[in-house]
Amino acid sequence: MFELPSGAEIQSIIASLQASVGFFIPEIYLSLLFMLLIVIDLVAKGRKNNLLAITTLVGLAGSFFFIYQQHALPAGEFFFGMYVLDEFALFFKYFFVLSGMLAVVITMADEQFDSEVKSIGEYYALIVAMVIGMIMMACSSDLLMIFLSMELVSFTAYILTGYFKRNARSSEAALKYLVYGAVSSGLMVYGFSLIYGLTAQTNLIKISAELATHGYDPLVMIFSTLLVLAGFGYKIGAVPFHFWSPDVYEGAPTPITAYLSVASKAAGFALLMRFYYIAVPHDGHAYEDILGIDWLSLLILLSVASMIYGNVVALWQKNVKRLLAYSSIAHAGYLLLGIIVMDELGTQATLFYLLSYFLMNFGAFYVVILIANKTGSENLDDYRGLGKSMPLAGAALTVFLISLVGLPPTLGFIGKLMIFSALLAKGSLYMWLALIGIMTSVISLYYYMLIPLNMYLRESRHHEEKQLSPGMPAQIFMAVLMILTIYFGLFFAPLSDFAKYSSAMFGLTLH
Amino acid sequence: MLSLIVFLPIIAGLVILAVPSSQKQIIRIVSLLAALAQGVLAVLIWRGYNPSLPGITGSFQYVEKVPWISLQLGGFGSLNIEYFLGVDGISITMVILTALISAIGVLSSWTIQKQVKGYFILYNLLASAMMGCFVALDFFLFYVFWEVMLLPMYFLIGIWGGPNREYAAIKFFLYTLFGSVFMLLVMIGLYFSVLDPATGNHTFSLVAMATQTNYIKGAILGPDNVFWRYVAFIVLFIGFAIKVPMFPFHTWLPDAHVEAPTPISVILAGVLLKLGTYGMIRINFPLFPEVFHASMYVIGIFGAINIIYGAFCALAQKDLKKMVAYSSISHMGYVLLGLAAGNSEGMVGALYQMFNHGTITAMLFLLVGVIYDRAHTRQIEKFGGLASYMPVYAALVTVAWFASLGLPGLSGFISEALVFVGAFSSETTRPIAMVSVLGIVFGAAYLLWSLQRMFLGQRRSDAAYDLVVGDDGHEHIHFHDWKGKLDLDGRELAMLVPLVVITIFLGIYPMPVLGMLTTSINKLVEVLSPVVMSHL
Repeated sequence: MFELPSGAEIQSIIASLQASVGFFIPEIYLSLLFMLLIVIDLVAKGRKNNLLAITTLVGLAGSFFFIYQQHALPAGEFFFGMYVLDEFALFFKYFFVLSGMLAVVITMADEQFDSEVKSIGEYYALIVAMVIGMIMMACSSDLLMIFLSMELVSFTAYILTGYFKRNARSSEAALKYLVYGAVSSGLMVYGFSLIYGLTAQTNLIKISAELATHGYDPLVMIFSTLLVLAGFGYKIGAVPFHFWSPDVYEGAPTPITAYLSVASKAAGFALLMRFYYIAVPHDGHAYEDILGIDWLSLLILLSVASMIYGNVVALWQKNVKRLLAYSSIAHAGYLLLGIIVMDELGTQATLFYLLSYFLMNFGAFYVVILIANKTGSENLDDYRGLGKSMPLAGAALTVFLISLVGLPPTLGFIGKLMIFSALLAKGSLYMWLALIGIMTSVISLYYYMLIPLNMYLRESRHHEEKQLSPGMPAQIFMAVLMILTIYFGLFFAPLSDFAKYSSAMFGLTLH
Repeated sequence: MLSLIVFLPIIAGLVILAVPSSQKQIIRIVSLLAALAQGVLAVLIWRGYNPSLPGITGSFQYVEKVPWISLQLGGFGSLNIEYFLGVDGISITMVILTALISAIGVLSSWTIQKQVKGYFILYNLLASAMMGCFVALDFFLFYVFWEVMLLPMYFLIGIWGGPNREYAAIKFFLYTLFGSVFMLLVMIGLYFSVLDPATGNHTFSLVAMATQTNYIKGAILGPDNVFWRYVAFIVLFIGFAIKVPMFPFHTWLPDAHVEAPTPISVILAGVLLKLGTYGMIRINFPLFPEVFHASMYVIGIFGAINIIYGAFCALAQKDLKKMVAYSSISHMGYVLLGLAAGNSEGMVGALYQMFNHGTITAMLFLLVGVIYDRAHTRQIEKFGGLASYMPVYAALVTVAWFASLGLPGLSGFISEALVFVGAFSSETTRPIAMVSVLGIVFGAAYLLWSLQRMFLGQRRSDAAYDLVVGDDGHEHIHFHDWKGKLDLDGRELAMLVPLVVITIFLGIYPMPVLGMLTTSINKLVEVLSPVVMSHL
């Protein structure tokens, strides 16, 4: 039985909470923004304008101010070790806010919303809620907090996926997402409970200390890490936890697809890195008695399977969104490579790759939306002749796809370069992983190039040569994304230095 | 200077971007001006070049070296990439060749009618990237240029190519990317293994990498890591061999050539293939000299296979362009054979052969393009007796064909002779050279045979043209829907005559090219001379 805390204890708890609030300002600000959006939606109901979108954009942009101020705060835990603030977390705060903003921008461009939904309603509020949830994922340092933040993200994501209520595919996607999500959360919580059983702790750093001092049963440990991996693997969309992603990516509103494929995946990676780096460190010989398998081997397995499966299955896709879904599975595999090396360079490479993936994937989906606005289709066959009728969109999409393949002079190339550098810095140990990585990226060239192939090499089936213009703001935005992809591919030092700065994780000592 | 020659076409491309796509003539002229300016720069560079400086491991000329990217790399230290350009005897010949072929390519592109704007933008991007490859001395920079070539080439074949262009374009892209991704891994491995003696940092500089004492013992490609050094050499070699293309990686080339429009075939055969052997000379061999020594025999054998197999394939072709494509494979075999000899004669011959192959094969493809434009077919059997109706064309074809088969007095003879002198004087390659000589016989066979079938004799009953009796009472031939001049017109002469002149001049007096080469080649041979790695 728990005893009620004494008055003095309550005083100290309150004092601690008050001290912690200072570290939580961006999250509070975003929560207020969330409520404000709901209120605006209630007040301004029925009005067909971009008021909500603009408010969301401005509001999200405002949060940069509060996040920026957190650089001055010392890294550390607060809220009784539930929550952590470090450079690593700050990186993801910027990342998620920025991806939320991009999601809003591309939603504004998507004309499908005009036909599918009468009122945009709570859509933008949910995007903000998801930003909050993902930020909390990146900052959680406690099993309970991890679970709560993941569920917050998942539930908002389910709703957003099924946002086109009258669209059967959208609803189907939401249901599939929900079912898979529920199962993998369940598995993950089971894994957490085993870890709690082993260590009697929920804080990641304390778990690590407990494991180091008291030892553990390796069989239980490997079993629990496997279960936890089911939860994280589902979020990052890695094989074999990927089954939801093609259907969800295809069925969901395209801005949500882009948002999920970049931000939600990144949140999964943030969590995965923090959990495995801090709670269950890999010391090379810890679990060797169990078939030599530990979580690192599991991650290697996941990574290899994702790279091969994602890239190979994408070869047969006829729908561009589905193709990009499989490509995102493959990219999860490349990102895992950076985690596997388990050193500062690996973390830097992973974070850098996330940045590059952010730019090129959002860019690709943005163009896909603009094209769908004009042609009403996401089928590869309907991309024929688009290089002529939408020249800028065609060029931009080609640049993003080249970047996704990993060819210079684009950002995606540098991402791959960093990942492979991290692998090769370990000598010949991970050479075979690097080989699989580059071989599969050659495969990926084929399916990515199917899109430019249809756009440029094949004639449109409609013979009239009319120009389809997506409108000036969209053209400019698209051009900016394209130029950034190339610019950062040639001058990537700022991004890389930022990634290095951000690789510092509280409570972590990597060798 | 070098920056200018590299980026002039890209600047032209940006200018073209601003020109409305209906102004086809302006677009062409802008491209031509850029190509001519490139040519002028190439001549200036050539005039100012001091052939007594060796290059390879230092003393490059027209050096431009500025820090490009410097960043902290995890716990590893800093990553430094330099914008590092320079030429030595090996690259300067290629720079001149590239400028020449680019300009001729623009002239040859004059007949392109479809999407002219897009065509020339891609063409200029390709021209810049090619030039960049030849002058880059930083591996990272080289790799960027190398990969940037792929995409324009893909589109140039894929959009402006023949009926089977989709297949040919993606085959080209996949093949070359397959080769170059391994290069990426080797590049990263080298970076971790080499220190720049000047700064003490890790470096991508090819100059620093060419000196074996700069390698770190125990690093992945350090001098004591024999296994990985062999692996790295082999994958790099395959990467470059795909570009050459060397048997058995050659199958993309005939497809690409047959589908590509004439100017792109010219660029492909004239410059792009040289990048494969140039990469071997600049990167593959000097960085791994001990592995090169161990594999000279194998390289020689592959060279011989290229020569003979390419010639046999050429002999069997019914399509003239495909025949020229295979002859191109066959002639690149001489380059490989010369390199495998490993001595000055062989290497000089190889490099001279690269230059000559560039000019001669460009000429061959241009001539094939001329007849294809008129007849819309390239089937050898569809022609016959052309010599009496198109005398100027027949004369130029004869010069080009004879240059290709190595007739004395034309440039191809000197380079092939040097290659054989080198190959015979090396113990390793002597038996291979004996077999390879047969290649010359087969080469003569397919070239003379095609010449005979197309130009001599009478018009065949199923020929691609009709015989008409003109107003003057003489017989003329008439191509269906060809409005232009029957024999070569001014533009075609402007493309071909410079090449013919160069071929004849360099066949009589090769010193302008050889003089630039020799110091660098001697230095290269010295760098490649057997070193005992364990002593480093």
